[in-house]
Amino acid sequence: MSHDTLPRPAKLREPSPPPGRTSRARRPWTRRANPVAGLGSLIWLVVVLVPIYAMLSASLTRQDQLLEGNPLKPPPDPTLDNYNTVLNSGFGHLLANTAVVAAAVVGLVLVLSVPLAYVAVRTRNRWSGAAFRLFLLGVAIPAQAVVVPLYLLIAELGLYDTLPAVILPTAAFAMPVSVLILTGTLRDISEELYEAMALDGASSLRMLFQLVIPLAKGGISTVVIYSALQAWNGFLFPLIFTQSDGPRVLTLGLFNYVSQFGVNVPALLASVVLSGIPIFAVYLVARRALVSGLMGVGGK
Amino acid sequence: MQGAEVSEAATKPARARAGRPRAVWALPGVLFFAFFAVVPMVLAFYLSFTEWDGLGDPRPVGLDNWKKLIDDPRITQSLWLTFLLTVCSWLFQTVVALLLGVWAAGKQRNRAVLSAIFFTPLLLSSTAVALLFYALLDPNFGIIQKDTLGSSSGAFLAIVFVGGWQFMPLHTLIYQGGARQIPQVLYQAAAIDGAGPLRQFFSITLPQLRHTVTTSSVLIIVGSLTYFETVLILTKGGPGTDTAILPYLMYEAGFKSYDFGYASAIASFLVVTATGLSLLLVRLTGFGTMRSTREGM
Repeated sequence: MSHDTLPRPAKLREPSPPPGRTSRARRPWTRRANPVAGLGSLIWLVVVLVPIYAMLSASLTRQDQLLEGNPLKPPPDPTLDNYNTVLNSGFGHLLANTAVVAAAVVGLVLVLSVPLAYVAVRTRNRWSGAAFRLFLLGVAIPAQAVVVPLYLLIAELGLYDTLPAVILPTAAFAMPVSVLILTGTLRDISEELYEAMALDGASSLRMLFQLVIPLAKGGISTVVIYSALQAWNGFLFPLIFTQSDGPRVLTLGLFNYVSQFGVNVPALLASVVLSGIPIFAVYLVARRALVSGLMGVGGK
Repeated sequence: MQGAEVSEAATKPARARAGRPRAVWALPGVLFFAFFAVVPMVLAFYLSFTEWDGLGDPRPVGLDNWKKLIDDPRITQSLWLTFLLTVCSWLFQTVVALLLGVWAAGKQRNRAVLSAIFFTPLLLSSTAVALLFYALLDPNFGIIQKDTLGSSSGAFLAIVFVGGWQFMPLHTLIYQGGARQIPQVLYQAAAIDGAGPLRQFFSITLPQLRHTVTTSSVLIIVGSLTYFETVLILTKGGPGTDTAILPYLMYEAGFKSYDFGYASAIASFLVVTATGLSLLLVRLTGFGTMRSTREGM
């Protein structure tokens, strides 16, 4: 990145631009107002906000008043009844299950992926290379494709209709992307740091805890976010591997509300709003980590 | 303990081994992933040669399921639909996310606020998003007072749109991160050469973002196969079978008709298609070359 500091010949700094464009051509592109892009982003803002607004508005509307007006008008007589209906139908239980699944998935993914990425980056031999390629390929395995045999395996293990039946495959399918993110981060730790620690006589295990993990914080937080979102969003595994109320998670609970509240659109939308609130709360607290973590995915 | 006074020659072996853990450390992760993802994939292939209703034991039936797969007109239609859905989703999300992401990579204050708002759809699960649009597209209550989901093209476009609406923030962020890493000096040099914004976009931004495009594209391609819940909730594959993408057909064959052998044949077909597509993409773009961020800068 030494280009920035290189002195540039005066001739290049003072080009002879076409008349009328002098000031624009010298300003860096990002600072320049770009009316077309600005307009485009405003259009997308409307596309994002209209459904969210319609959802909030409808969830506050009494069911009998819903059909009367345009969904874009504010509710004539706002009420929280729909939220009460949803909260009284076991929403807390669904939320607790989902939280357990998310925490367990994140824990499993970290414990399994961090040492794996460390090996893939530092130990270049046949086996670590093969392991890395396995995960590279794994990115392309759609969960749908293995759900039938997984159903067989889960049943054989006696895990059918339990939370581990959801946790274990969800963690496995969050691993490939996690390993890719982590290897990307670990590769940026410089050789000298390992050498310095080796001179102090540190073992690989100590290096993992005192060098690799602290320096890979960015990648690790991305993995935490990614795997937590996977667990939060998971639908297929809970749909197929659970059945009863006991281990039911939020997404499946929402799906069941369709039959339960089928005609009660306001209650249905209230349940959708409620399902988003916990993760919205996390977003408000950890926005910076969340956004920069996801941004890092494409920086490679 | 080795001190700093140890001679260069003596430290060499230690240096070469510095921080190189034994490959065995990777074993738990590899075994876990193999058990829950790779073994089932192989098992799916095996089950595709059997007849199995979920109870009792799978019974070998040779190529029956595969013959059925080739003869099934729904499969041809579904393959075409899956392909079309992937292409349309890719076009829609890549174009919008690329433009939004590059725009949001700038430093103005309103961009930060707008980016935060753009992010909100990602906070809802796919199930929640599908339910939201299921309600909003209702012909009696919805925003558009037309039976959108009742027409083939309407239902298809709704799935493309709903998937895009939800995942756009992710891809926008990916492009935003990529665009921020493009050295400003390139733009300064281009501006000095008199390149306009359009020229700069096509000659600098786009080529510099090629790895980002690959990452995002792989995620979109694999992701469009997971629009399963969107399809299940929004259209149930309908009208008729006009939105029955491969994962949905697999689900119906297995968990609705209890024909797990045939479901496994569809699943195996899905794996081959998805892996083939991703491998092609990785090969074409060199995504798998283990490059770090620092190299090549």
